[in-house]
Amino acid sequence: MSITIKATIPEGPIAEKWSNYKAKAKLVSPNNRKKLEVIVVGTGLAGASAAASLAEMGYNVKSFCFQDSARRAHSVAAQGGVNAAKNYKNDGDSVYRMFYDTLKGGDFRSREANTYRLAECSASLIDQAVAQGVPFGREYGGYLRNRSFGGVQVSRTFYARGQTGQQLLLGSYQALLRQQNAGKVKLYTRHEMLDIVMIDCKARGIIARNLDTGAIERHGAHTVVLATGGFGKIYYLSTLAMGCNASAIWRAHKKGAFMANPSWTQIHPTSLPQSGEHQSKLTLMSESLRNDGRIWVPKDKNETRLPGIIPEEDRDYYLERKYPAFGNLAPRDIASRAAKEQIDLGKGVGPLKNAVYLDFARAIKEYGQEVIAERYGNLFTMYKKITGIDAYKEPMKISPAAHFSMGGLWVDYDLQTSIAGLFAIGEANFSDHGANRLGANSLLQACVDGYFILPYTLQNYLADEIRTPKTDIDHPAFKETEMKVREQLESFLKCKGSKTAEEFHKELGKELYDKCGLLRTKEGLQKAIENIKKLRKEFRENLLVPGDVEEVNSELEKAGRVSDYMELAELMCIDALQREESCGAHFRAEHQTEEGEARRDDENYCYSAAWEWTGNPSSPVLNKEPLVFDTVTPTVRSYK
Amino acid sequence: MKIYLKIWRQKNSQSKGGFVDYTLTEVSKDMSFLEMLDMLNIQLVKKGERPVEFDHDCREGICGQCGVMINGIAHGPLKHTTTCQLHMRSFEDGDTIYVEPFKATAFPIVRDLKVNRSSLDHIIASGGYVSVDTGQAPEANSIPVTHEQAEAAFDSAACIGCGACVASCKNSSAALFTSAKISQLAQLPQGNKETPQRVVSMVNQMEEEGFGHCSFTEACQVECPEDISVLNIARMNYEYNRSRLLKK
Repeated sequence: MSITIKATIPEGPIAEKWSNYKAKAKLVSPNNRKKLEVIVVGTGLAGASAAASLAEMGYNVKSFCFQDSARRAHSVAAQGGVNAAKNYKNDGDSVYRMFYDTLKGGDFRSREANTYRLAECSASLIDQAVAQGVPFGREYGGYLRNRSFGGVQVSRTFYARGQTGQQLLLGSYQALLRQQNAGKVKLYTRHEMLDIVMIDCKARGIIARNLDTGAIERHGAHTVVLATGGFGKIYYLSTLAMGCNASAIWRAHKKGAFMANPSWTQIHPTSLPQSGEHQSKLTLMSESLRNDGRIWVPKDKNETRLPGIIPEEDRDYYLERKYPAFGNLAPRDIASRAAKEQIDLGKGVGPLKNAVYLDFARAIKEYGQEVIAERYGNLFTMYKKITGIDAYKEPMKISPAAHFSMGGLWVDYDLQTSIAGLFAIGEANFSDHGANRLGANSLLQACVDGYFILPYTLQNYLADEIRTPKTDIDHPAFKETEMKVREQLESFLKCKGSKTAEEFHKELGKELYDKCGLLRTKEGLQKAIENIKKLRKEFRENLLVPGDVEEVNSELEKAGRVSDYMELAELMCIDALQREESCGAHFRAEHQTEEGEARRDDENYCYSAAWEWTGNPSSPVLNKEPLVFDTVTPTVRSYK
Repeated sequence: MKIYLKIWRQKNSQSKGGFVDYTLTEVSKDMSFLEMLDMLNIQLVKKGERPVEFDHDCREGICGQCGVMINGIAHGPLKHTTTCQLHMRSFEDGDTIYVEPFKATAFPIVRDLKVNRSSLDHIIASGGYVSVDTGQAPEANSIPVTHEQAEAAFDSAACIGCGACVASCKNSSAALFTSAKISQLAQLPQGNKETPQRVVSMVNQMEEEGFGHCSFTEACQVECPEDISVLNIARMNYEYNRSRLLKK
């Protein structure tokens, strides 16, 4: 039986909701804050900014990451920029405009109030980052510079060359380390969270494995925050870091936290194409390149000439042709699908015919190579390192790749999951981007959740915990959870099969990409579910992991992550199967217009699907959060 | 391609390590160096042996987690390139490649090619930040920063914290790493108020962590994946001396 769930959205008109919330939220006095402990898992932009901000307020924070330093979390890899409604360009931007763009970009499948809050807090983030010493691009007069990004018609993106994520992350990492130095943050690097510990139906701690020694550790707190990012790595080939995983959120899900819209994965249009079987990841080229690069394929699928000598009349600038209003800056889901369409028609370029051209010839002619180099120099250099090709001389070859998880743990307006005391922020939650995320909104969401929202909402929760004593890690709940974690790790080692976790992961990823990627069909999804079940069975019986638990063992780490992917993959397919409509990144072949565009069904599917774990990965329960649009009227999303 | 590997294997920081020989056939030129190690590891696991532990994460050259000595050079033969961005097309069929961890007193070996670089975090924690709490920031455009200032600060800020500078230095000095952060913040109006205290505490911390002194061989910049300039070290020394003088 599915139930209808509510997100506890504050009263009032949309522009006043967050102010109303803040005005009424409960507070904790400074004296009490120092008695309370908070666990934050993940040190990307969301985790580091939350941990630093909470520590500054006086809470005792324990911060965990699996990397060897907090500075390496995958926020570091975001290139293009971060959006904010500052309207420095005087080009008609406003909080409302940004809210609307984000909502429309997400194909009207996100929660109005959350999306508005994201836009509302965006300007403060730029102030905060600048104050931390983030070297954003500047005009010659000394004021901040902006550029435009996919899916919008204003210039609201702030950037630090092609390394915006790195610079923002260093800002929050430094803020985090400043609090470590002040004794308010205890940092646990090379620690992987393996389970949530629940006491009296509340999240009160975690079990973590020290990856340097293999020791299983217990950590208690008054509340737990998951900032563990997205799970696009489930497709194996993706733009994510090798270590990115779903384990923290999946294990929380198995403890009772709902997973919302898990199948909504953004496939990024501008990644480098796969070059062979050995490949371990796909490198992203920033979407900002689409500001000056023009995307095209040869009109003739049997074209053999080099791109430079193909005359204009034999090229198809298909994005400019199909979406004249937005052209090469069409949103990501649309640009990716259009590329797939051309590739499927046999017009793909490159040795495997799996790419399209991204051409800078006109921009170089117009602005000169120097200007283009200043804008994208590091991307051109990276492109040359990987492919051996000079993109100043011939067009880049790009291809779609799995990138961002719009889905994630279901959270209410407070960013609290369906487990009391367990919060999820940043990409780990599902809340702000609907069925498709706009470029440069991801860094923003991570930061806004961590710097500006959680400090209010977590405090609102902790206000009722001031009498709760320090969590006792000898509590039976800790013992039991630790034992289960240990049993699972040992079961991987005992299996002694013949296939490595990586080999299973590759197979799973391919299955998912083919059937639950850019294009989904009922038949394909049903087939995928069957295949995933078979693969999961094989994984249990034929996994090969060397070594022991109590030592450095990267194969064991992978096994745990792949084991979770095996279950999550099925839920993604189930989620995609139940949604008999197309919206944003979720494109069901059965539901398209005559022109091949997504056909949404607001009458029947205007909800977020929040899945509940039942103990059997094949039979989750669907709960629905209806999406209510009080402020805007959902329209057909057109970029023509 | 056929590649002969001599890889440093070491069980933990206490045990004695040594080179072990491996031979790989069917290495493709398009493989990255780490994908070549992935290939070796799958073969080792299938044979019932322990795979070679190495650090890596983003594989895009930005997170700074990867890094090994390849034929004695940090991150291998290509200039300004991380290990993950090095491809096998930089090698020839039949080549022998020596692979070792970054070695420095302040980087104890965890296992095989994995080292512990938290000493670099300790340096940042000692002062590599602007002391601003969330919520205190003024309007972003209220303090103009010239284009040149911002670009210069960025050049220093681009450090990815991989530790190649330390591994390349005969004294295992972290001067380039430390000075890059000091310079970035010193060149920005938001950060320069704290420069005098920052430079002293970060330099002291660097020594406390067991890093050596800089003797200006400039090997660090040569091997730095981000080409961080040694002029940062000059600025650090200037700021350090200035701070000491001002105190007197």
